[in-house]
Amino acid sequence: MSKSNFSRRGVLKTGAIAGAGLALPTYLRADSHAGFTNAPGDSEVVLGFNVPQTGPYADEGADELRAYELAVEHLNGGGDGGMLPTFSSQVLDGTGILGREVKYVTGDTQTKSDAARASARSMIEKDGAIMITGGSSSGVAVAVQALCQEAGVIFMAGLTHSNDTTGKDKRANGFRHFFNSYMTGAALAPVLAANYGNDRKAYHLTADYNWGYTTEEAIRSSTEAIGWETVNAVKTPLTQTDFSSYIAPVLNSGADVLVLNHYGGNMVNSLTNAVQFGLREAQANGQNFEIVVPLYSRLMARGAGANVKGIFGSTNWHWSLQDEGSKAFVQSFGTKYGFPPSQAAHTTYVQTLLYADAVTRAGSFNPCAVAEALEDYEFDGLGNGKTLYRGDDHQCFKDVLVVKGKENPENEFDLLEIVEVTPADQVTYDPNHPQFQGGALGTCNPGA
Amino acid sequence: MLGLEKKDFRLLLIVIGLTLFAPIILNPFPAGSEMAQFNAGYPDLMQRFVIFGIFAIGFNILFGLTGYLSFGHAAFLGVGSYSAVWMFKLLSMNVLPAIVLSVIIAGLFSFVIGYISLRRSGIYFSILTLAFAQMSFALAYSVLTPITGGETGLQLALDDPRILGAAQTASGNIPVPALFGLEMRASYEMTVGAWAFTFNVGYYLAALILVLSFYMAIRIFRSPFGLMLRAIKSNQTRMSYTGLNSRPYTLAAFVISGMYAGLAGGLMASMDPLAGAERMQWTASGEVVLMTILGGAGTLIGPVLGAGMIKYFENIFSKINSQVLHEWFGFLPDGLENFVVTIIYPFVGKGWHLTLGIVFMLVVIFLPGGLVQGGQKIAAALKRKKTDDANPGASKPAE
Repeated sequence: MSKSNFSRRGVLKTGAIAGAGLALPTYLRADSHAGFTNAPGDSEVVLGFNVPQTGPYADEGADELRAYELAVEHLNGGGDGGMLPTFSSQVLDGTGILGREVKYVTGDTQTKSDAARASARSMIEKDGAIMITGGSSSGVAVAVQALCQEAGVIFMAGLTHSNDTTGKDKRANGFRHFFNSYMTGAALAPVLAANYGNDRKAYHLTADYNWGYTTEEAIRSSTEAIGWETVNAVKTPLTQTDFSSYIAPVLNSGADVLVLNHYGGNMVNSLTNAVQFGLREAQANGQNFEIVVPLYSRLMARGAGANVKGIFGSTNWHWSLQDEGSKAFVQSFGTKYGFPPSQAAHTTYVQTLLYADAVTRAGSFNPCAVAEALEDYEFDGLGNGKTLYRGDDHQCFKDVLVVKGKENPENEFDLLEIVEVTPADQVTYDPNHPQFQGGALGTCNPGA
Repeated sequence: MLGLEKKDFRLLLIVIGLTLFAPIILNPFPAGSEMAQFNAGYPDLMQRFVIFGIFAIGFNILFGLTGYLSFGHAAFLGVGSYSAVWMFKLLSMNVLPAIVLSVIIAGLFSFVIGYISLRRSGIYFSILTLAFAQMSFALAYSVLTPITGGETGLQLALDDPRILGAAQTASGNIPVPALFGLEMRASYEMTVGAWAFTFNVGYYLAALILVLSFYMAIRIFRSPFGLMLRAIKSNQTRMSYTGLNSRPYTLAAFVISGMYAGLAGGLMASMDPLAGAERMQWTASGEVVLMTILGGAGTLIGPVLGAGMIKYFENIFSKINSQVLHEWFGFLPDGLENFVVTIIYPFVGKGWHLTLGIVFMLVVIFLPGGLVQGGQKIAAALKRKKTDDANPGASKPAE
């Protein structure tokens, strides 16, 4: 073993072979010349679907992926076309995007910003994805959005509700269709005032992370504007599964409304605890005690079961909507998978269509051209009525649904009923609103 | 050479060779072919290979030599990342000060945690480090949000001061991390026939640091200090009976490995300027333990191999979805195709943890010395065969 294999001749020989290899005719790949990252070839274009497949939001992720697959099928001319016929813009004709067949790659965000960025980077660097979309958490959305800005591709956010995504952390290459905490507050407050009166004392339980903070702030400021008083706001750890110790002090605090700024499993557990403690039957300050859940999803309502009955919240979209777009989408999703889509599925499907449409209208895959086509673009027929993609912060403005847990659900998907459709005007805010300050869009980055 | 024995020097040369030609070695399949799915030679993953290699080398200095099993090493990685990103925010986008600061801060942090945790050994030590790491994670996730960015992670912004560099580029974007103007993201793509190879600046910087870290690890392993650490592993009680205080040695090993972790964290932030709290979670700490054991604890090259293997599984296996499987097995009759896909599907895609778990189990049961032992066994088997062939008439020793 002591004999070395490194002879002078060996080294020279290896060096010569390596040198010859490097000296072979080489050329830079075309995308370096096209003026933007990952310019697609003539036959196909690759989109990157980055969703949580494991972790606390895996259910939402699975539903998002179903919607993406459906969107790709429709873009390539398969299936019944879904929302393509109802979309106000009719440039998509089922031949892919700009005549190129749509291919896709998937990745697992694990609901962790690090893993999500790794997965997005591999899509951009290895698979040549021209657009990244997805995410079921604001932390992930914000992280991936920043990455896409650096790399020079478009990011179409999935389910992300925090104000920061299009507020403090907004980016020129990122676009959000989903609504946000501010809109929830603005839509919910009038309904709460009408049902529970103006003289209420609220107690907040808030998940101790970014989304929790912005939601609490939004609900607080909009309920205080209608005359409510905030008695107390308590932060709960994100990993908490038993909220008894947080619920117990609520009844003696003088409050008569409990606001649960929780999402996913947190909300399922805290609501169940609150109901077990008899808060729904309780009386405080001479009024019935009430519970409010700002952000609802069908998947969460299913987890909480009968406990959601009669509880108010807001949602981006619901499958029971009766406009043409929603009906067409529910129809084609239901045919393919056998059950109605969730709001996560809806927003990701719409985002994919909007991207394809913007590319077609711009006539180019260049992120800057696509961004320009999306900015201040007004469209209709995608399930939320008339919608505006505002250029100032890349946020969509559309009607917001206020929903209530259904008293007598007919089946396991029929858990929420729409109480009110709050018109877009009522939830529109100034781009420099205090809840959205502190960030800058920057300029669009086309990458290489 | 370089103060190394011949055998160690050869190992170092192998590591240098592997890192130098990694973009070629890791892309064995032509781009666009069916097998291109298994190519790992893209910048992000190559950077991860070497960065986690550095992390595992450092962890091995503590675990492999002294036997102290730290379950909180990810905390140092996270602290390193946060310091690096803060340097990007405050000073400039040059990676050098960021990496230096991340090593220093992680060193200080590990000194404090080590000073307290090393009062106990065995399982108590593991639990103490785990508790500290979880504490750091919880702090970073919520309480310290102004410093760490909380759940969203610490990110760069357009209005950061960056006193020694430009706050934003001419086109109004956030500048990217660079080494004196050489951007970490910059890549040179070379196409040879059907093959495409990517040579990335950030990767080569990280690889250079890996080689230096590896060299330093060899020196530590072969030094009297390393011998002392091994003595602590084999029998600490005897050491204290002979009148030797082993604490300074274990503390030094702990701080060194903490600094390695900080270095890895700083590099991670330099390749991708974001620091998230998940980097400090206990699963991340557990991952480096897996890497070290999978590769072979106490061996020099083992942890690097283990890190590479786990990262390969995480990034390549997790991307094989049912659509890809159906493409692979499309040649089979429909019924059989669906059957095969149903069987394989749970083990790839989101089920990559399952496959990794099985591999880990097999390694621990049959190769307690990790992949390195596997390599040695194969080498020994080949050598025996060779010698047998060479001396067919060699007489057997008398029994």
